[in-house]
Amino acid sequence: MDFDLNDEQRLLKDSIDRLMADRYGFEQRQGYIRAEGGYDRALWLEYAGLGLLALPFREEDGGIGGGPEEVMLVMEAFGRALAVEPYLAGVVMVSSLINALADEAQRAALVPAIVAGETRFAIAHAERAAGNRSAHVATTARATGESWILDGAKTLVLHGGSADAFLLTARLSGKAGEDAGLGVFIVPADVPGLSRRDYPTQDGMRAAELTLDGVALDADALLGDNRDAFSALARMQDEAIAALCAEAVGAMEKALELTVDYLKVRKQFGRPIGDFQVLQHRAAEMLIELEQARSMAIYATMMTREPDSVARSRAISAAKVQIGKAARFVGQQAVQLHGGIGVTMEAAVGHYFKRLTMIEKAFGDTDHHMTRLAEAGGLAA
Amino acid sequence: MDLHFTDEENAFRAEVRAFIDANLPARTRQKLMEGRKPSRDDLVEWTRTLHAKGWSTPRWPVEYGGTGWSPIKQYIFLEEVLAAPAPEFLSFGVSMVGPVIYTFGNEAQKQRFLPRIANLDDWWCQGFSEPGAGSDLASLTTRAVRAGEHYTVNGQKTWTTLGQYANWIFCLVRTNPEAKKQEGISFLLIDMKTPGITVRPIITVDGAHEVNEVFFDDVKVPVENLVGEENKGWDYAKFLLSNERIGIARIGVSKARLRRLRELASLPGLDGTCAIDRPRFRDRLIETEIALKALEITQLRVLSDEAKGLNKGKPNPASSVLKIRGSELQQATTELLMDVVGAYALPFADPHEARNEPPVGPQWADAVAPLYFNMRKVSIYGGSNEIQKNIIAKAILGL
Ligand SMILES: Cc1cc2nc3c(=O)[nH]c(=O)nc-3n(C[C@H](O)[C@H](O)[C@H](O)COP(=O)(O)OP(=O)(O)OC[C@H]3O[C@@H](n4cnc5c(N)ncnc54)[C@H](O)[C@@H]3O)c2cc1C
Repeated sequence: MDFDLNDEQRLLKDSIDRLMADRYGFEQRQGYIRAEGGYDRALWLEYAGLGLLALPFREEDGGIGGGPEEVMLVMEAFGRALAVEPYLAGVVMVSSLINALADEAQRAALVPAIVAGETRFAIAHAERAAGNRSAHVATTARATGESWILDGAKTLVLHGGSADAFLLTARLSGKAGEDAGLGVFIVPADVPGLSRRDYPTQDGMRAAELTLDGVALDADALLGDNRDAFSALARMQDEAIAALCAEAVGAMEKALELTVDYLKVRKQFGRPIGDFQVLQHRAAEMLIELEQARSMAIYATMMTREPDSVARSRAISAAKVQIGKAARFVGQQAVQLHGGIGVTMEAAVGHYFKRLTMIEKAFGDTDHHMTRLAEAGGLAA
Repeated sequence: MDLHFTDEENAFRAEVRAFIDANLPARTRQKLMEGRKPSRDDLVEWTRTLHAKGWSTPRWPVEYGGTGWSPIKQYIFLEEVLAAPAPEFLSFGVSMVGPVIYTFGNEAQKQRFLPRIANLDDWWCQGFSEPGAGSDLASLTTRAVRAGEHYTVNGQKTWTTLGQYANWIFCLVRTNPEAKKQEGISFLLIDMKTPGITVRPIITVDGAHEVNEVFFDDVKVPVENLVGEENKGWDYAKFLLSNERIGIARIGVSKARLRRLRELASLPGLDGTCAIDRPRFRDRLIETEIALKALEITQLRVLSDEAKGLNKGKPNPASSVLKIRGSELQQATTELLMDVVGAYALPFADPHEARNEPPVGPQWADAVAPLYFNMRKVSIYGGSNEIQKNIIAKAILGL
């Protein structure tokens, strides 16, 4: 057992923390949100310079070969800063699919541009009729001669509006809902027949709806020529959840910090409100939730390495449940203890609350993961 | 003991419902049904419809335009309004400053202000809270200095709900800085068009403009706008705050929302499944229904005591129970809505921009997250839930 960071990890953490301290004041963040595409391109390039975009890609492809622990460190720092860049979708999820599926030629074509911040991908997987069923892909890809023809629609594509290209799931055979017969395609955003509707999200980021109407792609657009990508998609989803858990921990940690600071400075009845024992206990309960969540985020991170996909999914669901509960409690109480200020746009705490709320809803809410865990027989030690 | 309403009360309910059905504009109802806020004009229009019927200030004494209904009928009326759903009264006029004026105001003030409140000719807002005076309201520092026939007011109010529409504001101001803090406060009525008043918006987390800051810079207020006696304002404020007992739990709002929730949860979502078929969700929905039923009976017990004239004039500590549980239930119902809408809570539609595209998710979905965010306020305002628990511990439990 060892929960300590090694030297390289400590270095990584320090450099991200420094960058965030420098670039992610609350006002700066509001500026990034207003920028074209909903994030700051220059900052994205700084991430590239620091190697953050290369982090989870393989070394032989031009990446750094970092593991889930390194991703956790980055996501936690982003959670603290409430970062709005498309790191989860554009790096964590994209690297998961490319590492798992892409052939050598594709990796050589894609990875260097991604890690340099020149090309940004988004993941287009969810569909309106799918709900929580990951295999429910009705978008089709038909092989005709030398090319693929794609038809269908994708929903809630995180940061899809400003993406240069997509990794997009489509069905090569079978019916929506079947695990078999799925492929992942490389789809440039400007390909004829693809239209998108870009919109802001409640937590200060952006997403898009995509429609594909007879989109023609070259034969080599199918990642790794793999026609059975379901398990790679399931792994990507689990890795995304682990990363999201780390982000939530960072966000909760900062929300608690803001709250404790406020309890010390806000005076009512002639003394700091932090003197009231009921508020001290509330803050203590927030800390307990945070620590429980942190433990489960670490657990989820380690378990993404687990080769047995059933054991891995259980662990991920357990973590998502713990994080969901903690995020709700910490988010709500952080607002409550701020009083009226907590429900305004001008105070940072409300933005943490909103992001934490949306994290609970992302990739299956608490109920979904409770059910998934129950069906798998619980977490039995 | 009898849990049933009388035949007369049931007939009354039917009459109210029929009136609302016949007169409430469909677009207003639709908006409220989707969890959106009524516009200023929606509220003015509806208040005037009620006023024409004599129902816009039902709780006021009959001589000032009240209906003389029993507390139970008042309750039924409010419940029907919220169930429709129709807009609620603008409480700042009808439940707050109106009762203060007819109880403590002089004849000229009653003549001047009460009819205009009843017809929503005047839009009132509440100037109590200040940046430094929230839970500790009595520490307020907005200063009013009398010179001849005017007070000169300087200071700042904040969290002024719907102050952007208001033409009048009732304020607590400090008239005697030497006295004990509760004893140097007066209750002033201030015309918002008076020179020296600046209103600045505060945008809330849901993206809405609902509250404001109001600045007073050498604002001249005629002495005739003082309510009651100078330095007795704290008593009037306490009266005002305990006077809204009947509506404070907003049980009707939660009931209407729970009914709507059952409806939405029983509709197939975009994925073809119904939230109501998910056991964990269904259990929480039912737990919330149970808690609401219990609170409704608690409320009716309080009302029935009131109808019998028990505890008259004394602030009833049960109002703290109603406030705490009522606000928790308002929040719980919006959490359940979030559960029904799921991932489609995510897209943000700016409430201030005209919509020219259909919503990303289901028609009602984009209003859900803003409502959930916005409802965090109900455990903060009107005396925060922590403050209410302090009151229970002291006033009921004697701790
Ligand atoms: C949306 C909204 C609309 C409002 N509308 C109006 C309006 O129209 N007019 C108006 O005058 N005011 C209005 N208010 C103000 C509202 O009444 C105050 O927000 C409320 O009194 C709390 O004050 P505060 O925000 O300064 O919080 P604070 O008093 O600073 O409280 C911060 C935290 O400390 C806790 N706390 C404070 N004292 C104690 C204690 N003794 N023991 C335990 N815990 C304590 C509180 O419960 C809270 O959790 C509104 C507020 C909101 C959010």
